[in-house]
Amino acid sequence: MARTDFGPPDYKTMLPPVIKRNYGKWLYHEVPQPGVLRHVSETGEELYSVRVASARLVSSEFIRDISDIAEKYCDGFLRFTTRNNVEFLVSDKAKLEPLLKELDEKDYLVGGVGLSISNIVHTQGWIHCKSAVTDASGLTKNIMDTMVDYFTGKKSVPSRCRIAVACCVNMCGACHCSDIAVVGIHRTIPRINHELASKICEIPNTIASCPTGAIRPNPKLKSVEINHEKCMMCGNCTVVCPAIKIMDPENDGVSIWVGGKVSNARSKPMFSRLAIPFIPNNPPFWPEVTDAVKHLVEVWASNARPGERMGEWIGRIGWERFFAIADLPFTDKHLDDFTHANTTFRSTTQFKY
Amino acid sequence: MDVEKKVAATPLLDELEKGDWPSFVTEIKKAAKTSKMAQGLLEQVEASYVEKTGHWKHGGIVGVKGYGGGVVGRYTDDPDRFPDAREFHTMRVNQVPGFFYTSEKLRALADIWDKYGSGLYNMHGSTGDIILLGTTTENLQPCFDALGEIDFDLGGSGGALRTLSCCCGEARCEKSCIDAMDMMYDLTMYYQNEMHRPAWPYKFKIKISGCPNDCAAASARSDMALIGTWRDAIQVNQEEVRKYVADGMNMVQVCRKCPTEALGWDEKNQTLSIKTEDCVRCMHCINVMPKALRIGKERGITVQIGGKAPVVKGAMIGWILVPFMKAEAPYTEIKDLVSRITEFWAEHGKNRERLGELVERLSLATFLEGVGLKPLPQMVSAPRANPYIFWKEEEVVKNG
Ligand code: SF4
Ligand code: SF4
Ligand code: SF4
Ligand code: SF4
Repeated sequence: MARTDFGPPDYKTMLPPVIKRNYGKWLYHEVPQPGVLRHVSETGEELYSVRVASARLVSSEFIRDISDIAEKYCDGFLRFTTRNNVEFLVSDKAKLEPLLKELDEKDYLVGGVGLSISNIVHTQGWIHCKSAVTDASGLTKNIMDTMVDYFTGKKSVPSRCRIAVACCVNMCGACHCSDIAVVGIHRTIPRINHELASKICEIPNTIASCPTGAIRPNPKLKSVEINHEKCMMCGNCTVVCPAIKIMDPENDGVSIWVGGKVSNARSKPMFSRLAIPFIPNNPPFWPEVTDAVKHLVEVWASNARPGERMGEWIGRIGWERFFAIADLPFTDKHLDDFTHANTTFRSTTQFKY
Repeated sequence: MDVEKKVAATPLLDELEKGDWPSFVTEIKKAAKTSKMAQGLLEQVEASYVEKTGHWKHGGIVGVKGYGGGVVGRYTDDPDRFPDAREFHTMRVNQVPGFFYTSEKLRALADIWDKYGSGLYNMHGSTGDIILLGTTTENLQPCFDALGEIDFDLGGSGGALRTLSCCCGEARCEKSCIDAMDMMYDLTMYYQNEMHRPAWPYKFKIKISGCPNDCAAASARSDMALIGTWRDAIQVNQEEVRKYVADGMNMVQVCRKCPTEALGWDEKNQTLSIKTEDCVRCMHCINVMPKALRIGKERGITVQIGGKAPVVKGAMIGWILVPFMKAEAPYTEIKDLVSRITEFWAEHGKNRERLGELVERLSLATFLEGVGLKPLPQMVSAPRANPYIFWKEEEVVKNG
């Protein structure tokens, strides 16, 4: 009988001795150079963490390569960050420079610490999800190719900027609370192959799968039909019934959202709000998306005060100024019509032009 | 796994091997040197790039013995064109708390995954698991058994407690108010059954951040966010504050950014003051002066509930349920609260209704009563602004 219910490996066996000795005793940290963290403990001991970029989708070869590096410079200890970077944990300061040198030789990008644009949190996309409207890995690769200087610290930003990419409106990850979020969307409701549906559709299950109650039976065709007005194009029904298809390469695409944050630092957590409702899917480079993200970063970086996150800056100047400064059209698509929509309507005579 | 077959040309994906950022295409190609499945993936994804559409579908439910989750079945929608992606299941492997590993552990994992799967991973998935991308139905059980030998168990999927995750906490952060990694490990071990055998209306997520900076994005994406906090005064080292000033920090600016005007700078005496009763623990001053300011000594957690992505009723950021609660091993109070919440939800929740949506539907007052908590002003940004107050029978005089 195979083992079950034993949980993950015990984290205590995965920690370098310097962390075990100083667990809960860290006093402060600083960033001596881009991509490097220096944590100092009340015992006087220190730990250097060197952060490198990763594609998140990695191979065994990559795993073995970072393992080699960790063994050479970190007694085999390393970790990953919540934003999918790799961190080499160096307890012997003498090994820091040689590590950085090898990382440079091997073309690893060191950065993503402090006032920088770190790795994009992204979803599965065409690589592995059945709901993907676009490819999150491809978008991430293209956007980060243009953001490399912000990652490595060659260019600086007023504050952190968390970018996220989700390939459908399910928004896996914390897309809805990111400084900039790129989200794949459908613009047309699902189509039903009635002939096929009459043979394979488990009608009650399909009806139950719709969160908005948009699906009703069509007894004549032994199939179902979708109420245009109620359908919010979430794609749930297509998972349940193979006769329903929502993918529409001509109409599917990408939307861009701004100003969200999850941290309680200084200001409250905020939702990302719609900036650009639609950009067509344009693989392999998605130039319109990369340009838009770059533009948003630049507009924010050149207008925000030091320390201001995207949403804090917009909060200070107001959305009406944001749309003007960023030179983005404000359309009917920007008006909320979902739950809690009226909390977004303005009810004061105070506004700017 | 052996390979002979030649991969078809992938001109679009090849473009994404250029540029400075690490390339996922290069990673798939590395795996494709020895894995047919990785070759199949490459071909299918190239087709997606050409046709601008995905090619995956759900299929039969697959899994390992004794578990109701942890594996996500995935099949190509066109097995004739992409025979090597015919079955391409994901295994969610519960990550080490704080994402710490030894190279030895990672190598052992890679050896197993090369033997039973595509040799491709997400380090890590959105929920926190190590995602092993792509294996066949046949290989699931032997792969799981082999993973068990190196102490890697599966995470959660479906209507279950999902894999927990946390920031690095006290292991490497001076701001952590709690032992986030231990808490995650302890709760994970305690809730193995709830993770592996889905029995709830929908997914339930618990995420842990060591302080209000919330690096684990707990409040935005977990039904129950446990966020480290403190209740007493911030510890101030005036000597270090003065050093920051000497090094050019504009203390007046720093104080101006305190959202509640709790922070004050006495220029004459070169002293920083903090009105503890006004401090909302926004982390700002601690973040900018880590050497001078430390979190307080009376530490615990704030519990937020209801955070989630937009599907179905719109996105939510978790609401305050418990402003302050002690959080020391064995975390009995937290476990007790989790049980009360999940029992209430399992009883009243509709199919695919997340906790936050349930609370909205039934009202916060009903929920609080159900889980045995008293209403507090910390739970709201403002009290009710409409007169439609609901009174219980026992609160009014019976008439007739
Ligand atoms: S965002 Fe949508 S398409 Fe992307 S991984 Fe999540 S569910 Fe799948
Ligand atoms: S796409 Fe979503 S909202 Fe539209 S019919 Fe299907 S399940 Fe219902
Ligand atoms: S959430 Fe707080 S304790 Fe955890 S890593 Fe971030 S700053 Fe440190
Ligand atoms: S933590 Fe925030 S609220 Fe408290 S004193 Fe510092 S800046 Fe002010």
